Amino acid sequence: MGTDILAIAFIILLTIATSVALGRYMFNVFTGGRTFLDPVLVPLERLVLRLTGVDPNEEQDWKQYSVSLLVSNIVMWLATFAIVSIQQWLPLNPDSIANMEPTLSFNTISSFTTNTNLQHYSGETGLSYFSQMFVISFLQFVTAATGVAACIATIRGLAGSRLAHIGNFYVDLTRATVRVFLPLAVLVSLIVMSQGTPMTFEGAAQATTLEGQAQPIARGVTAGVVSIKQLGTNGGGYFGPNSAHPYENPTPLSNLIETWSITLIPMAMVWTLGYMVGRRRLAIVIFATMLAIYLPMVVFGVAQETRGNPAITTMGVDQSTGSMEGKEVRFGAGLSALWAVTTTVTSNGSVNSMHDSMTPLGGLMPMIGMWLNNIFGGVGVGFINMLIFVIVAVFVAGMMVGRTPEFLGKKVEAKEMKLASLALLWHPLAILVGTAIACYVWATSADPGTALAWLKNPGPHGFSEMLYEFSSSAANNGSGFEGLGDNTPFWNISCGLVMLLSRYIPIIAPLALAGVLGAKPAAPETAGSLRADSVTFGFTLWAVIVILGLLMFMPVAVLGPIAEHLALR
Amino acid sequence: MLTEIRRAILFTLVTMVLLGGVYNVGLWGIGRVVFSSQAEGSLIHRPDGTIVGSRLIAQKFTRPEYFQPRPSGVDYNAASTGGTNYGPSNPDHLKAVRERLDAIETQEGVRAGAVPSEMVTASGGGLDPHIPPRAAELQAARVARARNVSVDRVLELIRAHTEGPTFGFLGRARVNVLELNLALDEQFGQTGAGRPSRAGGSAGLKPRAGSGDSHD
Repeated sequence: MGTDILAIAFIILLTIATSVALGRYMFNVFTGGRTFLDPVLVPLERLVLRLTGVDPNEEQDWKQYSVSLLVSNIVMWLATFAIVSIQQWLPLNPDSIANMEPTLSFNTISSFTTNTNLQHYSGETGLSYFSQMFVISFLQFVTAATGVAACIATIRGLAGSRLAHIGNFYVDLTRATVRVFLPLAVLVSLIVMSQGTPMTFEGAAQATTLEGQAQPIARGVTAGVVSIKQLGTNGGGYFGPNSAHPYENPTPLSNLIETWSITLIPMAMVWTLGYMVGRRRLAIVIFATMLAIYLPMVVFGVAQETRGNPAITTMGVDQSTGSMEGKEVRFGAGLSALWAVTTTVTSNGSVNSMHDSMTPLGGLMPMIGMWLNNIFGGVGVGFINMLIFVIVAVFVAGMMVGRTPEFLGKKVEAKEMKLASLALLWHPLAILVGTAIACYVWATSADPGTALAWLKNPGPHGFSEMLYEFSSSAANNGSGFEGLGDNTPFWNISCGLVMLLSRYIPIIAPLALAGVLGAKPAAPETAGSLRADSVTFGFTLWAVIVILGLLMFMPVAVLGPIAEHLALR
Repeated sequence: MLTEIRRAILFTLVTMVLLGGVYNVGLWGIGRVVFSSQAEGSLIHRPDGTIVGSRLIAQKFTRPEYFQPRPSGVDYNAASTGGTNYGPSNPDHLKAVRERLDAIETQEGVRAGAVPSEMVTASGGGLDPHIPPRAAELQAARVARARNVSVDRVLELIRAHTEGPTFGFLGRARVNVLELNLALDEQFGQTGAGRPSRAGGSAGLKPRAGSGDSHD
C-alpha cells in the first residue's frame, strides 16, 4: 500500500511535469512556431498536404471548417467499414478471421471514427492484421487528430477578436497527426515493445505446454496499436482484455508509460490554451480545478479497491492486497484503480483491469468520470467540454454578481448560452434515455435472462452494466462493464447511434460557438470585468461542474452501484 | 462540395498508407532488429525448436509437481482471452471463489487465512503469468512432496525467481509461474510431457487430477 501511494504520486507528477513541455510544443506546432522536430516532420506535413491537394494558406470560417471535418470523417467511415466487411479476402490474415457482421461493423466503425473505441468484438478473434493496421491504427491517429483540430479551432475563436476565420481543418488535422501523435506513438511503441509487446506478422504461436497440451497464443502487430490507443484517448485494445492482457501491458514499466500516455496530451491541451490566449493564470486555474476533481476520485477509487470485496473477506481469505478479481498481479489493486479513474475522466477507455469486477463504489468512479466527461477529457474534445462548462460558469457567476457575463473580453449572450446548453444537455439525455429504453426492453421481454441474455450479473449490478454501456458510448469513452452481452443488434445499433451523435454534436456546437465569439470584438478588461483567472472563479467552476455535471446522475447511481454497495457484505 | 469530397478521399488514402502501413511496418522492422524476442511474443523454445509457451502468457498446470497459476476466466485460452466479468456481489462469482478456496485448502492442507486472494480470483486477461510470492510459498510443500525433494530447496528456487517491484516501488512483487516450473524441471529432473511414463519416483504414483493421463 505504501509503495502504491508512492507509485501513484510519481505517475501523476511525471505526467503533469511533462505535459507543460508538450503544451508549449503543441502551441508552437499550431501557431507556426519552431520546434526541434521540424527538420524531420515539417517535410512530412508538407508532403501529406500536397498529396491531399490542400493549400496550407487557405483559411476557413467555422462552417467551412465543420464541413471539412464532417466530410473527411464520413469518407473515413465508409472506407474502413468496407475493409472490415471484406477482411477475410484481404491479405495479412494468417489466423483466417471472417468478415465482420453488418450491425457489428456499424458499431465498430462508428465507435472508432468517433474516437470512442467501444468494442463489441474481441481483437484476437474479430479482426485480421490488415484491419488492425489500416482500420484500427489508422483511425486511432486521425480521429484523435480530429479532436485536437476542433479544440485548437475553438480556442482560436475564443482568443481572437473580430475573426472571420478559425484556421484550416486539414492543416490542423495534418499537424496534429504528423507532428504531435506520430512521434509520441513511435516513442511509446518502442518502449512497450522493449517490455514484451509483440510486433509480428506471424499468426498465432502454436505452443505445447509443459503438461503436453496444445496452446495457440494469439499475437500480431500489437505495439503499434497499443501506443496510439493510449495517446489518442482511443482506448480500443488489440486484444479483448485490452491492457490487462500481458502482451498489451507486460510490466509495471509499460504500465507506467501507458498510464502516462492516457493523460499526457489532454493535460497538455490546457497549457496550450494558456499560451494561445496569452494567459498562463487561466490555464493554471482550469488545470487546478480539474485536479481538484481528479485527485479525490483517484484517492477514493484506490481506497475502495485496496480494501477488497467484503463478501470475499468474510470467507477468511487473505485479501490484504485488495480486490483482485479481474486484476493482474504485476499491477496490484492500487495501480489498477488509478488506471480505471484516469481512463474514464479522460475519454480513453482502455483498461488494465476488468471494471465489471471492481467493488461497487470503486466501479462508480469510472462512471462519474464518464458522466463529467470534461476532466482533462478526450484529446481535444474533452477539453472543449471543459470550455463549455467554463462559459456556463462565467454566465452563472455573472448572473450571481449582477455583472455582464464575459469571457476573455467577449460578452456571453443568449446565442452562446443556447449553443453551450445544447452541447451540455445532450450528454445526460443520451445516457439516461438510452438506459431507460434498455431497461424497458428488458423489463417487457418474456424471460429476458435467456431470451436476451444481456446481463451476466443479476440485481443492481446488471442495471449498472446497461448504464455503463450508454455512459461509455455517450462519453466516447469505450470502456465497458464487459459482462454485458453487447454484440446483439440492439446494443450494436443503439450504441452506434449514441456514439455518432455524442461525437458530432459536442464538436460542431462549440465550433459554432467559437465562430460567434470569435467574430465579436474583444473589449479591454476593466475593474468591472469578471476575472476568469482567479481562485474564486476556480471554486465557482468546480461547483458548477459537480452540481450540473453530477446531480442529474444521482438517481441512477443510487439504483446501480450504491444499491449494490449497501447490499454487499 | 466536390473539392471537399476529393480532399477527404485523398487525405484518407494518404494517411491510411502512412499510419496503417509505413508506421506499422517501420515499427515491425525496428522490432525485428532491436527486440527480436519480445516482438515475436517472448516465446520459450525447447531444444528441438518446438514452443513451450510464452513467458508472458499463463498456461494451465494441474499436476502436483508443478506450481499452479491464478484461476482463468477463459481456461488459459490464449487465442480467445478475457476476464470473468463477474460483479462483486454475483452469487455465481462468490460460489466460484468458495469452490477454489475449498480446493486449495484440501490440496495444500492449509486454512483459508493462508490463501492469498489472488489464488481464488480470476485475472483480468485470464492469462496472468504471475502469482505473488506468498502464493508460491503456499504451494511449495506440495510440490516438494510430489518431487521428493526438500521444501527448503523449493523455497530457495522461489526466492531466486521472485521479481521485486520495478525500481522498488512500481507494481507488485511476483513470481513467473512458467519460468519457475521450467526451473523445477531443470533442477530436479523433468516430469512433464516429454518424460517416458515409466520413470520412477513417488511423484509418478500420485493421481494427476485433470491431466488427461490414463492410469493403468
